[in-house]
Amino acid sequence: MSEHVNAVQPEPDMIQLLTPEGQRVEHPDYPLDITDDEIAALYRDLVLVRRIDTEAIALQRQGELGLWASLLGQEAAQIGAGRALRPHDMAFPSYREHGVAWCRGVDPLTLLGLFRGTNLGGFSPYEHNFNLYTIVIGAQTLHATGYAMGVVRDGAVGTGDPDRDTAVLAFFGDGASSQGDVNESFVFAAAGNLPVVFFCQNNQWAISEPVERQSRIPLFQRASGFGFPGVRIDGNDVLASLAVTRKALDDARNAQGPRLIEAFTYRMNAHTTSDDPTRYRLGAETETWKLRDPIARVKAYLVRNAQLPVDFFDDVEAESLRLAEHVRIGCRALPNPTPASPFDALFVDMPDEVREQRDEFVEFVASIEEAAEV
Amino acid sequence: MAELTYRDAIARGIAQEMARDDRVVLIGEDVAGSGGVFKTTVGLLDQFGPKRVIDTPISEQAILGAVMGAAMTGLRPVAEIMFSDFFAVCWDLVVNQMAKTRYMTNGQVALPLVVKSGNGGGLRFGAQHSQAIENWAMAVPGLKVVTPSTPEDVIGLMAAAVRDDDPVLFFEAKGLYPTKGEVPAGEIVDTLGTAKVRRAGTDATVLALGLMVPRAMQAADHLAGQGISVEVIDVRSLVPLDTATILGSVAKTGRLFTVEENPRLLGWGAEIVSIVAEESFWDLDAPIERITTPHIPLPSADSLEDLVLPSADSIAQTVEKALQA
Repeated sequence: MSEHVNAVQPEPDMIQLLTPEGQRVEHPDYPLDITDDEIAALYRDLVLVRRIDTEAIALQRQGELGLWASLLGQEAAQIGAGRALRPHDMAFPSYREHGVAWCRGVDPLTLLGLFRGTNLGGFSPYEHNFNLYTIVIGAQTLHATGYAMGVVRDGAVGTGDPDRDTAVLAFFGDGASSQGDVNESFVFAAAGNLPVVFFCQNNQWAISEPVERQSRIPLFQRASGFGFPGVRIDGNDVLASLAVTRKALDDARNAQGPRLIEAFTYRMNAHTTSDDPTRYRLGAETETWKLRDPIARVKAYLVRNAQLPVDFFDDVEAESLRLAEHVRIGCRALPNPTPASPFDALFVDMPDEVREQRDEFVEFVASIEEAAEV
Repeated sequence: MAELTYRDAIARGIAQEMARDDRVVLIGEDVAGSGGVFKTTVGLLDQFGPKRVIDTPISEQAILGAVMGAAMTGLRPVAEIMFSDFFAVCWDLVVNQMAKTRYMTNGQVALPLVVKSGNGGGLRFGAQHSQAIENWAMAVPGLKVVTPSTPEDVIGLMAAAVRDDDPVLFFEAKGLYPTKGEVPAGEIVDTLGTAKVRRAGTDATVLALGLMVPRAMQAADHLAGQGISVEVIDVRSLVPLDTATILGSVAKTGRLFTVEENPRLLGWGAEIVSIVAEESFWDLDAPIERITTPHIPLPSADSLEDLVLPSADSIAQTVEKALQA
């Protein structure tokens, strides 16, 4: 067991706009002009993505999903960052960014295919400007960097036209920060002054390894060595995540170059449904983080300060139940892939030997199905 | 004799070597505190301590660079690359560095290291976590390549790999982790470069590796019921390759089938088939057949993964059809 509890004390250098108790605080560098209705909308997002997560875990336990990577505890980091994006910005997720997907308008059922195994993503990244989940750790930061190179080449940066200027948001985790890919993407982004914001959700754990295994300094400080600014935010504070990501994306669109945001948060659940965290971390640590819940603080703020319709919280709850039903029913109805599909999707121009193998395989599957019917 | 899982045999094999030789260390992601994501290193941290069982930052390149350097200082490290698909992340260290070091130092620097890795499909892990990649490694001069299929072989071949003075890639068939087998008590040491005849037969030779071995055995059982006597050879080691056992069997049966988990083009079976065609052409009574996964990335769908991978049924069907032709 790791002596990790001491590492999660409040961080002095962390940007926070809403305390765990629900108090609004100002930060001189990140003024946030936001109405209570807008905060209520963020609350709705937070509740709904947590519901998707809860439902997906249940589906995995029922054998309907092979695997699920829970976002529990990281809702605020993701919703703040996701809502900071403009439609034409591009997001490159890792594999846990269900909240960002939600903000981009991706139907949760679209995400479930990968975890049910009916496909490996199977959607178009262009439809919502949200790339497929990337499972091999850190590779997406390089894809994001290349995408940002394309944005620069298109002249879609620093024009002053908000409908044209484009930023790229790349998500990764504390574990990925040790990968060559991530460090190389920092080098390229800095050298090219590229419009990419690196958003690190430091959830304290890379499967069984605490963040101390990855770094001796706070991760946001890594940026300065590469020549661009880094900041640390309270990753459980949706307002901090929104304000800081919005500013970083603006800077990127305005040709100020890359930014690193470290969202200091916590993975409340196991790494995935295949993992058992009781083997390597203390329950007391998780209890500490429960006090910093990303949703409770928003609710506390709204209850105390906002003039919302009397039914607001009930309505959100009712909506979350409807969403859960959509996920439950839709998951079971996800279509199985056809035998020809892995062949057909492989090449633009299929080589003859692959075509032959496809036809042979389709015939083989048909013969089995025929035999089963007899 | 006691029953042991393939998974537990890996930890026992490493423990056997660590207890014997304090130059042996284990390094990788999640191998210490949590006992490995596949639970193949459970208990080693408790038994040997954090100086010899080391959790690393998440960098496959650094892990392999580190064991290469450590081997140069005289250690005999065992590294883990969690999924063999991730060899693609650190292939430079394997191909350009480890495999070339002895040659480029004119034989003066050996690298007695082992890289163990979960390999292959059958578990619905999808295109990037299910690949069987022994053939990638087989194509690189300077590497030794083994894939055990039974718990006893896991221990013996791990010991042989650790004691070998060259870099050895040790592929663990992920689909076999929960399978059990009888394992004798005491030290087990095997020999690299030796195949095993798992079942003797006279009508056809079936070569298989890793996850495909139990499937070939099942197919042979089924075919025995049809009056077809199949000899099943567990290849075990691709480099060095036990051509004597393979060619001897072909000389006896006159028919050869290879069963490969990897996609069709340039699988290890193709290499063996070409050796047999060159060395034993006149022993063959009919064309050789390769049974492989088609040339596609592995789907994760239940409905497809089992069908694209060679199965006991598809092996039996292919052999039966060919022998009746």
